[in-house]
Amino acid sequence: MVLIREFEPEAERQYKKARIGGYCHLATGQEATTVGAVAAMQEDDYLLASYRDHGLALARGVSPDAVMAELFGRVDGCAHGRGGSMHLLDVGRNFLGGWGIVGGHLPVATGVALAIARDGGGHAVLCELGDGATNIGAWHEALNLAGVWRLPIVYLVTNNIYGMGTSVDRASAEPELYKRACAYRMRGERVDGDDLEAVLEMSEELLENARRDREPAVIEAVTYRYRGHSVADAGLSYRTKDEIAEHRSEHDPIEIMGKRLVERGDADEEALGAVRERVRAQVKDAVAFAEDSEPPDVDSLAEHVYGDPDYREQFSRMQPGSPFGETSLVFEAGLVS
Amino acid sequence: MSENGTKTLSFREAIRLALREELARDERVFVMGEEVGLFEGSYKVTAGLLAEFGEDRVVDTPISEEGFVGAAVGAAMAGQRPVVEIMTLNFILVAMDQVVNHAAKVRYMFGGEAGCPMVIRTPNGAGNQLTAQHSQSFEGWFAHVPGLKVVAPSSPRDAKGLLKTAIRDDDPVLVIENLVIYNQKGEVPLDDDFTSPIGRAEVVRDGDDLTIVAHSYATVRALKVAEQLASEHEVEAEVVDLRSLRPLDVETVAESVARTNRVLCVEEGWPTYGVTAELAARVQHACFDDLDAPVERVGMAEVPMPYAKNLEAATLPGEDKVLAAALATLDMGPRR
Repeated sequence: MVLIREFEPEAERQYKKARIGGYCHLATGQEATTVGAVAAMQEDDYLLASYRDHGLALARGVSPDAVMAELFGRVDGCAHGRGGSMHLLDVGRNFLGGWGIVGGHLPVATGVALAIARDGGGHAVLCELGDGATNIGAWHEALNLAGVWRLPIVYLVTNNIYGMGTSVDRASAEPELYKRACAYRMRGERVDGDDLEAVLEMSEELLENARRDREPAVIEAVTYRYRGHSVADAGLSYRTKDEIAEHRSEHDPIEIMGKRLVERGDADEEALGAVRERVRAQVKDAVAFAEDSEPPDVDSLAEHVYGDPDYREQFSRMQPGSPFGETSLVFEAGLVS
Repeated sequence: MSENGTKTLSFREAIRLALREELARDERVFVMGEEVGLFEGSYKVTAGLLAEFGEDRVVDTPISEEGFVGAAVGAAMAGQRPVVEIMTLNFILVAMDQVVNHAAKVRYMFGGEAGCPMVIRTPNGAGNQLTAQHSQSFEGWFAHVPGLKVVAPSSPRDAKGLLKTAIRDDDPVLVIENLVIYNQKGEVPLDDDFTSPIGRAEVVRDGDDLTIVAHSYATVRALKVAEQLASEHEVEAEVVDLRSLRPLDVETVAESVARTNRVLCVEEGWPTYGVTAELAARVQHACFDDLDAPVERVGMAEVPMPYAKNLEAATLPGEDKVLAAALATLDMGPRR
């Protein structure tokens, strides 16, 4: 949680220095939801996420170096500079991506659960989405398929109160989003998304049901995003500074968990401070790593459009009559042998 | 291929044979779509497959194209080989986001770390008074998109061969079929390992006077017109069957045009921004000095398909229109 808390403001600083481009959606304030749910996953479980994915990647164990390098658009980034902020992934950790179209990844995640079921089951998919994604048709289609096919998937709705600038109660006829699960005869639960242990406990239970009984479910974790929708949004036209301040002072997930650890005698202020110092150094190193990493070679532009061993042969006869520039940029640089 | 190695099959049977062979060959392959199992396929392409392979391999879905096309993307990313049937191409519109913004993006957007080996096979076309919402051919929309491959066979032989290649391919492939030619018969190799290459057009009729380029049902029309040109006008037209739209084999087209110096491009869909538009652009560039006449095109009239039989016939790119355009391209008839 502390790593995310330190990483995101650094990403914002680097964005404002124009070292990071595109959209950049930060997740400060949502750390307990992110970490609680991902910590409940087992090694073989799969994770798919929305585009607010820096925290989810870090929680799943992707190195801050690889994440920061991807934000910088460098070759050592986790998607080698092809994906950027919204499309982090780590196939080795079964993290199949941050996805950029609201709700579009829900059918995809459901298909991963279908693949698990076809392979004999035993593990589960955690599919993270925002509150806004529950109003798109893909939500309904994905949950209906998971219900009729009994797929091992848990949909984690990160309800941070606002889909961009539109609050849940202005966008959703049923603003208690977890209740929508009953339309698919699926268990739906709401947890305090700022309470790490509550999120962890509920996620563990529902993921285990998914692994053991192929029981799909919905968790709605109610939390809050401190920053705007993306770095470009000040986040103040649709909510007040007082509202943000109140969340920071009353509901901060890291404060809540820190206090609890101290009260229980599991940690003291010094130990918590040491964690902060350690992750600050990690984030600093990540920036240095990203700075040192090379931008991708322009000659590799056309690599990875296709992956079949025969694709160069397949495309080898398309070149005559190509538009200006296509031959050198696309064909000679990778699309043909 | 020896005489014994082929059998006369309909286009529909050839697709079914390809599915059966690939289901038997690779455990990861499964067929998924609306009514593909118990109902045996809306157009009976998948008839018998459920009985032969069971419901884990032949999966009925709800009416939920966005859901199950997306599920195919996810299953493919996780190592399966889904073959999705979209009942007709018209119904893919509600799944466009999954095809264009998900399947086509997986490999590139994730830096080559993940892949999406899936097939979408779907019939298109018009001609049965199916009217505006069910009579469309927009394979060009998909051929527009890097990350996708699009093939469109015109013969039972290639219906089998291209589908098999598509299923074995590691990238998302759309296989465009055509309802009108489902019953068309032809010789089909029975060899389990017979495949047709993606990215290779085929000269299906030789000629020196004119090149007609087409795909899918339009190729069938082009062949008929070529025979008519020979018997009634003493003109020998070469017919190039594209077979593959992305990648597009411009080389074969250009080689033919360099010999005939005249080219007519035919498609079932609307020509504006269509497959023939792309062909015209590339051919004029590749064959600028070879052309003795403007690149000519024929497609569906640019209206939503009407219902009345006579209006439908007037909208379709029928053999009469193809013949007239061929004669115009040969300077043997009026232009337009």
